[in-house]
This record gives sequence, C-alpha cells and structure tokens, in this order.
Amino acid sequence: MLNPATLLRKLGHVMVERIWRLGFAARFMSAVILYSGASFRRLPLTLREVYVSGVLSLLIILVSGLFVGMVLGLQGYETLQRFGSTEALGIMVALSLTRELGPVVAGLLFASRAGSSVTAEIGLMKATEQLKAMDMMAVNPIARVVAPRFWGGVISMPLLAALFSSMGVLGGWLVGVVFIGVDDGAFWSQMQAGVDFRYDIINGVIKSFVFGIAVSLIAVFEGYDSVPTAEGVSRAITRTVVTSALTILALDFVLTSFMFRGTS
Amino acid sequence: MNRTVLDLWVGFFVAIGIAALLFLALKVGNLSSAHLSETYVLQAKFDNIGGLKVRGPVKSAGVVVGRIADIKFDPASYEAVVTLQVDGRYQFPKDTFASIYTAGLLGEQYVGLDVGGDEKMLKAGDTIAKTQSAVVLEKMISQFLFSKAADGQDKK
Repeated sequence: MLNPATLLRKLGHVMVERIWRLGFAARFMSAVILYSGASFRRLPLTLREVYVSGVLSLLIILVSGLFVGMVLGLQGYETLQRFGSTEALGIMVALSLTRELGPVVAGLLFASRAGSSVTAEIGLMKATEQLKAMDMMAVNPIARVVAPRFWGGVISMPLLAALFSSMGVLGGWLVGVVFIGVDDGAFWSQMQAGVDFRYDIINGVIKSFVFGIAVSLIAVFEGYDSVPTAEGVSRAITRTVVTSALTILALDFVLTSFMFRGTS
Repeated sequence: MNRTVLDLWVGFFVAIGIAALLFLALKVGNLSSAHLSETYVLQAKFDNIGGLKVRGPVKSAGVVVGRIADIKFDPASYEAVVTLQVDGRYQFPKDTFASIYTAGLLGEQYVGLDVGGDEKMLKAGDTIAKTQSAVVLEKMISQFLFSKAADGQDKK
C-alpha cells in the first residue's frame, strides 16, 4: 500500500542515506590522502597498481584511440569537403581529441576497464575478510591496499589519455592523408598553427588528471564501502562504472567552462 | 609475476606515455615553432579591430613574427589598444604601418606590419603611429550602395 506518509518517509530515508554516504566518502578521501605516504615509500606496491590499471589498459586505449581518430577523419572529411576546406581536417581532429575526446573517452574506458577491476578486488578482499585480517595484524588496509590503487590510477590516467589522443591523431592522419588523400603538409601545418601547447594540450592533460583522481577515488571507495556479499560486490562494480561515467561528463562540463571561454 | 618483468612493463608504459605527450606537444601542438624565446612589446591603436582575437598572429610579409598579447579599450580616446608581442629577432622601422587583414574571405583576422623606410627602429613599449582599421563588410557595402545611388542621381 502506498500512502503519502510512507512515500515521504522512504524519500527522506534515501536522502539521508545519500548524505551519509557522501560524508563517509569525504572522510575516506582524506584518509586515503593521509595514509598515502606508504605508497610512495614502498614504491613496488604502487608500481604493481600502475601495471594493473595502466599497462593492462593499454590495448583497449590504443585500439579505441586509433578507431575514434579514424572515424573523426572520415566524418570530418565528409563535412569539411562541402565547404572546400579539407586542409582543416588536421586541426579539427587534433583539437577535438586533445581538448575533449582524449580525456573523456579515455576516462570512460579507464573507468570500465581499470576502475571496475579495482572495485572488484577491494570488494572481494572485504567479502573474504582480508581487510579485517590486515587490521587485526596492525596493518592499515587503507595504507596497504587502498592508497596504492588510488595512486596507480592517478598516475596511469593522464598517460593513457595522452596515448589515446596521439593514436587518434595518427588514425585521423591515416584516413585523411593516406586513404583519402588530403595534402600531408597542409594537414600537419594547419594542425600546428591551430593547436596551442598551453591552451589546448596542457588543459587536456589537466582534465585527464582530474578525471584520473575522480575515477580512482570512486573505484576504491565503492570497493571499500561495498556490502560484503557476492551481490553487494557486483552492485558496487556497477555503481563504480555508472558513477564514474556521470562524474566524468559532469566534471568535463565544469572544467570546459573554466578553461575554454571562447576567447579564441 | 616476477618483479623485474613488472618493472619493465611499467617503465615501458611510462615511456610511451611521455612519448605520446611529447608527440602532442611537438608534432600536434606548436611548442616547437611558435615558442618565441625573446619577445618585445609594441602597441597599436585602432579605430575598429573587427574580429581580432587575443593570441592571433602578427605577420610581416606573410611570415608570423609575433602574437597578439592583449586587446583593451581605451576610454579616453575611444580606440582599441592592441598589444603585440613581437619576436626579438626582428626589428621594425619607426614608420611601420599596422593594418588588420583577413586571411582568406572568411578566415581569421591578423595584424599585418607593412615596413616603412625610416632609419630608426621601434623600441620595446613603443606605439605604432600609423594604423589601419579592420574592414567592416557592412560599411563597405553601404558605401558602395550610397555611391551607386549618387551616381544614379548625377545621371538624371
């Protein structure tokens, strides 16, 4: 039976629950930052996580970067040739990749490839009470398990985004210059004239860095906060991917409105 | 997994990541070409700058010799004050003419420096005396129409 009072109570419960979780997430974040000294003193711990979330994501990042660039080359040529300015293909491909697609798509792929596995790992550790066992042995699980995974993700993400953008530019070049036959010199020179190092590339790197922090934090938090059952862990993984995707897109809008104000 | 093999992979990953950043900076971006090592500042006042933008190019004889650093409105003279950052390797005579041109029919606008014959050179912080404003298409069309109309009346 649905009477208004129960409905209202449920809504209130959901809201309070959300705010509770948000507060816990903030406390968790400060704990991760506080205890991250160990992940730099014992570098092999962090290096292993860079391997897991960075090196193992290489294939998907490189291949999708190449294909996104190739599609941009095809579609860009299709539109630009109507205006007789196919030489602008290079700058179009490069700007869309370095400013937006590189950080955002690499971030989304990173969340689903690396973020989900981090959540699953920490969630399963919690479900099998490994975290509790560490606590019993006076090993801080945040310093030993969570912080290295967080920093591994933060280090990997900007590098992956840069690789994605580079592969995309090469893909655009492959389709535009090699397959279709846009002039090679014009492709690169227009690109170099239009892409500014500080304005476009550094801002893209900053974006990918911010996305790396957000995705890694969400991934470790969802794992740490998961209900320690098989179902709970699977729900936590789903939440990681969904929340990361939404956060990346929302943050991208905020960052873009700060960085690119249409002055040029 | 053996740790040395793992280290090798992480090293490889970081190396190609940095290589990708360098590729973006040097080949895609303009860090190599447009990095003006030593620049000096010139100013020019225009009645109308049209669609001129900050960071736009400053060209002389078609070669990029600098960038537009700043555009301000001068409330005293009601003119636009454009600050130009010019490459330190190039010196221009005192009677250099600064005009606003458009690259192509619909392209971006840039400041063109047409060199005069003065012996003295412009120093850092100097203001270019002779300028020509951007061509505003509406004004040109209306002038053309008025002159046509005037021609028509003369003939009657």
